[in-house]
Amino acid sequence: MTKFADVTVGAQLPPVSYPATRLSLVKYCGASGDFNYIHWNDRIARSVGLPNVIAHGMFTMAQAGRYVTDWAGDAGAVVDFSVRFSAMVVVPDDDTGAAIEVSGTVEEKLDGNQVAVALTARSGDAKVLTRARAVVRLP
Amino acid sequence: MAVNTDYLGRTFPATEPYEVSRVKIADFAEAIGDPNPLYTDAAAAKAAGYPDVIAPPTFPIVITMAASRAAIGDPGLGINYAMVVHGEQRFTYSRPLHAGDVVVAQSTISGIREVGSMTMLTTETEIKTVDGEHICTGFGTLVERGSE
Repeated sequence: MTKFADVTVGAQLPPVSYPATRLSLVKYCGASGDFNYIHWNDRIARSVGLPNVIAHGMFTMAQAGRYVTDWAGDAGAVVDFSVRFSAMVVVPDDDTGAAIEVSGTVEEKLDGNQVAVALTARSGDAKVLTRARAVVRLP
Repeated sequence: MAVNTDYLGRTFPATEPYEVSRVKIADFAEAIGDPNPLYTDAAAAKAAGYPDVIAPPTFPIVITMAASRAAIGDPGLGINYAMVVHGEQRFTYSRPLHAGDVVVAQSTISGIREVGSMTMLTTETEIKTVDGEHICTGFGTLVERGSE
């Protein structure tokens, strides 16, 4: 588990790549209750001007959440988590799908053993999350 | 059709009580591809100091979406849902949700902003236990693209 005393402002956290396949999106539709056609139906995604099926924004936010909770070492440590969805994660219908690469920088140490981590997420050439930030409480 | 700014500040009725279950948390964790044992193994969660398996940080969207649908779906608001994309999301947490929590959620329209041909609509949704303990607040901003 990451300890507050061991955290340095400005430290870069190693990037991690997470897959997003068509199967991931179908599962996420079911688990979240968000069955918007643009997340599973090529025909409808293209008919509304999208290049292909796209991931749910909240699926991408979940990957950033996994990244920061894995780093903190406690999935219940998050006290504040915010993102802006800046580009779409396009998920092709093949065996590999898309990759979401998440990285982070320790931005600030706060009162109450809290640490703010600035997050970025990329897919292909696009920055898919901006102004993404999580505050975690560490031991 | 323009969004009705009279709705700014309006609070909608709370949802019916929602019981957070181990199965739903496990399904959600599987769907996001996160194998963290705190989401699936009650013994591991208890060893970490939680009463039962906890939910991932983005799980509350399942509950806030249901509540904010009451707001966004109000025909008087004038949102064209086909033109809507998710712009921003934030959660502030008093504690993680865990299996066995019985919660209600209530949404308020906290922002309506015109940016060029787009309308940004922010809803603020509080999740509390049925006993009134605050768990989490979700702030979701939807962007309605201009239809000209």
